[in-house]
Amino acid sequence: MTAPVAHILSGRAHVYGDNVDTDRIIPGKYTKTLDKRQLAAHVLEDLDPAFRVRVRVGDFVVAGDNFGCGSSREQAPIALQAAGVSAILARSFAAIFYRNAINIGLPLLEIPDYEIVTGDLVHVDLDASTATLERTGTVYTARALPPVMVAILRAGGLVPYLAAHGDFVVPDRSPTANA
Amino acid sequence: MSGRTIAEQIIGQHADSTVRADDVVIVRVDAAMATDTTAPFAIETFKEMGGRRVWNPERMVFVIDHAAPAPTEAIANLHVMMRTFARDTGSVLHEIGRGIGHQVMVENAHVRPSELVVGADSHTVIYGALNAFSSGVGSTDLAAVMLTGRTWMRVPRTIRVELLGDAPVGISPKDLTLAIVGQLGIDGATGRAIEYTGAAVRALSLDGRLTMASMAVETGAVAGLVDADGLTLPYAFNPTHAEAGAEYEQVITIDVRELTPQIALPHSPDSVVSITHAIGTRIDMAFIGTCTNGRLEDLRAAADVLRGQRIASHVRLIIAPASREVFAAGLRDGTVATLTDAGASFITPGCGPCVGTHLGVPGNGEVVISAANRNFQGRMGNPHANVYLASPATVAASALHGVITAANTGAHT
Repeated sequence: MTAPVAHILSGRAHVYGDNVDTDRIIPGKYTKTLDKRQLAAHVLEDLDPAFRVRVRVGDFVVAGDNFGCGSSREQAPIALQAAGVSAILARSFAAIFYRNAINIGLPLLEIPDYEIVTGDLVHVDLDASTATLERTGTVYTARALPPVMVAILRAGGLVPYLAAHGDFVVPDRSPTANA
Repeated sequence: MSGRTIAEQIIGQHADSTVRADDVVIVRVDAAMATDTTAPFAIETFKEMGGRRVWNPERMVFVIDHAAPAPTEAIANLHVMMRTFARDTGSVLHEIGRGIGHQVMVENAHVRPSELVVGADSHTVIYGALNAFSSGVGSTDLAAVMLTGRTWMRVPRTIRVELLGDAPVGISPKDLTLAIVGQLGIDGATGRAIEYTGAAVRALSLDGRLTMASMAVETGAVAGLVDADGLTLPYAFNPTHAEAGAEYEQVITIDVRELTPQIALPHSPDSVVSITHAIGTRIDMAFIGTCTNGRLEDLRAAADVLRGQRIASHVRLIIAPASREVFAAGLRDGTVATLTDAGASFITPGCGPCVGTHLGVPGNGEVVISAANRNFQGRMGNPHANVYLASPATVAASALHGVITAANTGAHT
């Protein structure tokens, strides 16, 4: 089971482009397993074979638009998390990946614009939904998650959330700004 | 008050309230589906959640379709895990060879119009063809549905796609679908529902509607709802139509009156161009199948192209019927014999080589033309292969000539 996520995270950025699909995050041929280490061993294999060697626990994947498009395979965020990735920053995320990552307690920050490059040290404040780029001191504010997702993430994922609440709790029904 | 979209109506019925786009609500789920790629994690997570009873075993459907029959010992054991869990909980399980989960759901009426369904497979959007609101979810969301019978969702805004005019002769539902995906783009409908309408949509058969809805997710959409006018099912049903004055975030009109066969270039399903840009490209492998194009209408379209002829000697043509029912119907009407005589290899009904696990992984530098829905790099199991997406007729015509060929004109040079 996933532990509740820490509120301040620090790590190095690994920067990629737009439309990183789930086949590139973890190819379908490796998804038929329950062994998370096996998933981590092949993470981003076709996009950046050196990533799994370079990544350190606590690092961030930073991407462009539509990160995680394609398959519903939860193996994609699991592989990144098991490889040590502590959060993903992207200009935007695909819908299913977005839910899957939050459900396993992997924080996502949707930041429309940034100047982060590979190797940069970044500090993420989950309570404030911000990412600070050490090199420039720039603070980026992420788009807010819907309240139900905040509650799931704070619990450490959907498993501990349901253990705590027993069921889905009726969230605030007022429309929120972001779609 | 303005009218409601199809998504707003169906979600509202399942939330027991009147809902509008952007509302976040908890909904009752009518049915759920998981495959051998996603069920094992879902089962493990369900147990972590303390689950013992599945909320409604008759509506929890497991299908062994992605790696079926099992190609390895490890996968065979995951299949055992699914069988055991289904037996212990009384859930529905469809065995290897029964077909692709989505096709099996439709054939068995596990999903019906106006229902709300989730599936641990991104192509779950396909049930929009039946006028059901259906979305792909991951294993943890699926586990929570197994436990509670509910999930949360943000009511999506809707993009209305209207096809103008009738499709020309020789233009298939896949060509219409690729044109839509190309126009919207890979993230053009992220988090949105799509409503497909227009004369060319209403004229589609059930098979064609399934083709169109299946690829809604290739634009990032969470639902792909096909206009229920013209929908024919073997049982009585109450469709949900968009209300007058429904609010759309965007309305896209595509004139299909002079549409040519469409093809998606490597490595993205939205890299769609007219086939004229790809004609003559030498191919090594051709594939017909998947939840997008493995049904009887698709096999017949290929048979019409190949009847009495043989595929090029350097090409291998692999066909995976979407279900055993499709395969049996193709055996009865001679479609399978026509294709086999032409040199096609039939494999077990199921996902086949679409997910890159087995049954037709391309080699380095090889070119594949496929009737599937995705051509991301490495999708078919080899990142050094190039995969083009097209209609079954285009795939068949290309297999015949050994180069990418326009199905409607036969042009290959």
